[in-house]
Amino acid sequence: MRLEAREHVPLWMTALAPPIAVAVSFLFCAILILWAGASPLSAYGDLIAGALGSRFAITETLVRATPLIFTGLAVAVAFRAKLWNIGGEGQLYAGALMVTWVGTGAVDLPPILMIPFLFLSAAAAGGLLLLGPALMKTYLKADEVVTTLLLNFVVLLLVNYLLFGPWKDPMAMGWPQGAAIIDNGLLEGLVPKARVHMGLIYALCAAVLVFIMMRFTIWGFEIRAVGHNAEAARFAGMPMTWTTVRTALISGGLAACAGVTEVAGTKGYLTADISPGFGYTGIAVAMLAGLNPLGVIVSAIFIAAIYNGADAMSRSIDVSNYIADVITATSLLLVLAAVALSRYRLKRG
Amino acid sequence: MEIFDLFLTVGFWAATIRMATPLIFGTLGELICERAGVLNLGIEGIMTLGAMTAWMTVYQGGDLWTAVLVAAMFGALFGFLHCLFAVYMGLSQHVSGIGITLLATSLSYFSFRMLLPGVTTPPKIVPFENLPIPVLVDIPVLGPALFNQTPLTYLAFILVGVVTYGLYRTPIGLAVRMVGENPMAVESQGINVLRLRTGAVVVGSALMGIGGAFLTISVFDAFYFDMINGRGWICVALVIFASWRPGKALLGALLFASFDALQIRVQQMSGTFIPYQFYLMMPYLLSIAALVIMSRKAAYPKALLVPFRRGER
Amino acid sequence: MSGQTPLALQISAITKRFGSLTANDGISLDLHEGQILALLGENGAGKTTLMSVLFGHYVADEGSIKVKDTLLEAGSPAASLEAGIGMVHQHFTLAENLSVLDNIMLGTERLTAVRRDTSKAKRKIAKLAGAFGLAVDPNASVGSLTVGERQRVEILKALYRDVRILILDEPTAVLTPQEADNLFDTLRKMTAEGLSIIFISHKLHEVLAIADEIAVLRHGKKVAAFPIEEASREKIAEAMVGEPVDPPVRQPGEPGATVLRLNNVDAGGTVDRPTLKSASFTLSGGEIVGLAGVSGNGQSVLADLVSGLINPHSGEMSLLDNPANALTPATAVRAGVGRIPEDRHATGVIDEMSIRENLALESIRRPPASRAGWVNWKTINERARTLMSRYDVRGGEIGTTVRRLSGGNMQKLILARVLEASPHVILANQPTRGLDIGATAYVHQQLFNARARGAGVLVISEDLDELMTLSDRIVVMFHGLLSLPISPENVTQQEIGLMMSGQSGFGEAVDAA
Repeated sequence: MRLEAREHVPLWMTALAPPIAVAVSFLFCAILILWAGASPLSAYGDLIAGALGSRFAITETLVRATPLIFTGLAVAVAFRAKLWNIGGEGQLYAGALMVTWVGTGAVDLPPILMIPFLFLSAAAAGGLLLLGPALMKTYLKADEVVTTLLLNFVVLLLVNYLLFGPWKDPMAMGWPQGAAIIDNGLLEGLVPKARVHMGLIYALCAAVLVFIMMRFTIWGFEIRAVGHNAEAARFAGMPMTWTTVRTALISGGLAACAGVTEVAGTKGYLTADISPGFGYTGIAVAMLAGLNPLGVIVSAIFIAAIYNGADAMSRSIDVSNYIADVITATSLLLVLAAVALSRYRLKRG
Repeated sequence: MEIFDLFLTVGFWAATIRMATPLIFGTLGELICERAGVLNLGIEGIMTLGAMTAWMTVYQGGDLWTAVLVAAMFGALFGFLHCLFAVYMGLSQHVSGIGITLLATSLSYFSFRMLLPGVTTPPKIVPFENLPIPVLVDIPVLGPALFNQTPLTYLAFILVGVVTYGLYRTPIGLAVRMVGENPMAVESQGINVLRLRTGAVVVGSALMGIGGAFLTISVFDAFYFDMINGRGWICVALVIFASWRPGKALLGALLFASFDALQIRVQQMSGTFIPYQFYLMMPYLLSIAALVIMSRKAAYPKALLVPFRRGER
Repeated sequence: MSGQTPLALQISAITKRFGSLTANDGISLDLHEGQILALLGENGAGKTTLMSVLFGHYVADEGSIKVKDTLLEAGSPAASLEAGIGMVHQHFTLAENLSVLDNIMLGTERLTAVRRDTSKAKRKIAKLAGAFGLAVDPNASVGSLTVGERQRVEILKALYRDVRILILDEPTAVLTPQEADNLFDTLRKMTAEGLSIIFISHKLHEVLAIADEIAVLRHGKKVAAFPIEEASREKIAEAMVGEPVDPPVRQPGEPGATVLRLNNVDAGGTVDRPTLKSASFTLSGGEIVGLAGVSGNGQSVLADLVSGLINPHSGEMSLLDNPANALTPATAVRAGVGRIPEDRHATGVIDEMSIRENLALESIRRPPASRAGWVNWKTINERARTLMSRYDVRGGEIGTTVRRLSGGNMQKLILARVLEASPHVILANQPTRGLDIGATAYVHQQLFNARARGAGVLVISEDLDELMTLSDRIVVMFHGLLSLPISPENVTQQEIGLMMSGQSGFGEAVDAA
């Protein structure tokens, strides 16, 4: 028996691959839950209840999905162009810093102008942060995986410095946090008595816009062409440097928007822990969605549900909530494998 | 003036060697993988896993050398996992590597939490002690710096020689170098490309595991979350800086560690003049600088990142 | 037949399928010791697949192979090597950054050995090189060798392993006629030692010169096999093609105004050591100029220059009398340069994208393919449908990914994209490499049509037959120098071969430059 490439992959296989992979990763994690001495069934029951079991749970899952949609989109755009942006975390914080800088009183506009201004200025900060590695890749051949990864650490240290130093809010009773975002800059709540905010709507709009860009504009065409075969794209006369610059600005900008939703929406001020790894999780979100911008919405909500569910589960039974990270990581790897394997079939001989 | 005095102190050089050790393991490991044509971005997670498993082995009553072996085995296992995706299935080495890092890291944290529930301050173990080498340790300055280290540091230095010899003087080393340049050449000489690449990645990943173990059972005596703190990524940068040569990798690790050691001492000397966060940024910025300087003329192994599919056209 | 030497190799009823394509259909072949078997067939007839099965790269779906009297394990290059089978691939399997010695020694020692015995290996290489006329410096880096030298390394690799059966896949495709003669001398020395050789080619005159037995494949089947005594050009050609193909013939024509001019151009390499050295060259509308040369002598630099991928260090280049020293791929297209690249897969198409997208690659930024940044899919779809039928692109719909097209259809797609823009200058780099006779004739006809329309065509090819057929004038390139143009009517392939190896023709060219 050996594997042979299929000439044509049936649609149902492509569609079924991710759910099957996710199911397998749940099975794998059931072993870990057994090891922890709990019953997988009741654990997963708690997980689902914690993620979707009540109005509160659902709104909390949406709160968590909001930044994940943005970081997932950032990865989806960049990876399409084979710009390996692993710096979503840093770009998110760059956006958060920008929002804190301009949104805590330095600029005051009516909300209808203030909110777009916050998003745009944050996106500029995140975009510029990725532009550096992208240009270093173009002109100096410096591997962007390593540079974007390393910049995550640099930005986080900068956040740390600012929050413990010049930007520390004197009203916060010693806690290392930034000043509150002014009222005009806050993202309004969507439903009463829940944290879910307008950021979710902006995230959904962003996903649709990215989808339209990739499908119906020259920019999207060029991003895909450069990603699939840079040499052929260059030969065909596509603007290589511009495409890289654009991709970097868009991708970094999207990741930075996640910083806006957390600072101006979820929290109201900057702390050094607004992101529990949203930037890195964005990679899993995008890969689960097969880099499809609309798919990112679904996979972001799914992964947010796992994280919130795992938090609830770890409160009720003695299973560490790091299980959510394990589920996410195994899902990422297994989806890759499932999609790859659906391109092959077993052949005798 | 004071800074120059630093270079004469034993403490500075000893710290340099010590800080270089995990980087030497990690860089050699990554170098072996990349020489075989496989980028292994699992390194950060594998080092985390090595740190956790080694520490846990000792904490559960195991011997220190057993712990090293355990860390190496877990490293090898996750290296093999990376190969299933990146070599056998021919998936993107970037994405697979990141996936391995996420998985290894989350499993380490999960297992640590499960094995030590409800612990707030990390418990301590008795780590490797310094093993002064007789006679050599008496050389002024260099002696106590170089020859009064823990056994794992000596092992790292010996490995540089072993890896160099292995790559350049043995048939298997030739095959590894060749498979990173042109896998078809290897295949057509009757050697299985996939197995060869997997072997190289497994060995390289074992070294990464030991690099992580060094932190928990040689320098420190406890396991902290986030303790690898980008060291793995720095190793990836160092491999490029070293142009895929083990000797230069040692040099790079030492250079890098000396900056790090210097940074800590300058930070202590200068008081509160510059915030400490900026000193902590140094290693990362330095790695980026190293990449920027070296990448342009770097001669990548030609088949790096290129999956090899057998019998397909 | 009586008086035959014993059988060295017996291939029985090999069938190999790739999905719905049957690449080998029940092929059987016998090879005797000390003989050269020529395996003939068009591109795509199944020669390379059969040899890959023999060498263990592919596993056959049916059939078996015997070496001497032992059944060969399927799907294992190691087993094939063990059985004494060696293969020189059409695309060399060498690592350029490593030395000749490293490349030869790879895999010949136990992998668990702790030390390599390089001095013994060097002695053996020197002995083999002397015996078979394959001189090469074992310490040289492969990257510094010429194509001919690399081929010698490949043959040495096989001999070093004491092969008894050597497969050579299109070995002369990259050689000058003189180098090919040297290769034949080497092969004859090898058969005198009792080695057997399978020689894959599609050049009839070579086969008639060297082979003992001939087997012809077509569409995956063995259609003829006979000893050399019974062979004739006509007989082989008919067996290869099946039905006679009328290759297009160049009609007389008058060249028009100059469309491309290079004056003293240095380009490629570094400013101090350019690859292309003081090149002066003109191309007129309505003519086809062929560029001959051993690969790696600077043809790709000239191609990149005309494609807009690189610019001259010094000298002047002009297109239709406009300066073109700062050409880019995009401005080249707009200035009326049509470019057929050397490597279809790597530069010609984006094979993960659809046919319609690939047809629009060069025009996407301009109306009507797009307006104000928005892609006009309706126009692109309509145009793709028209072009597919006009240029006979088969094997899919407009939305099919190009990866699924055959080489010939891929090339037609590129031709459609290039020719639809009615270019004044056409650069055709290896336009028929890897194509079968039908597709080749199609490409040639399209180039002739473009010439008749008044376009200037620059054809770069390693196939001298092709250049002789197509060109009004031939220019030879050697070490980055261009010869003066020569008329194909006044020159033989042997004479061009001498120029390709720099043994004649370049004194005048240097003086003229």
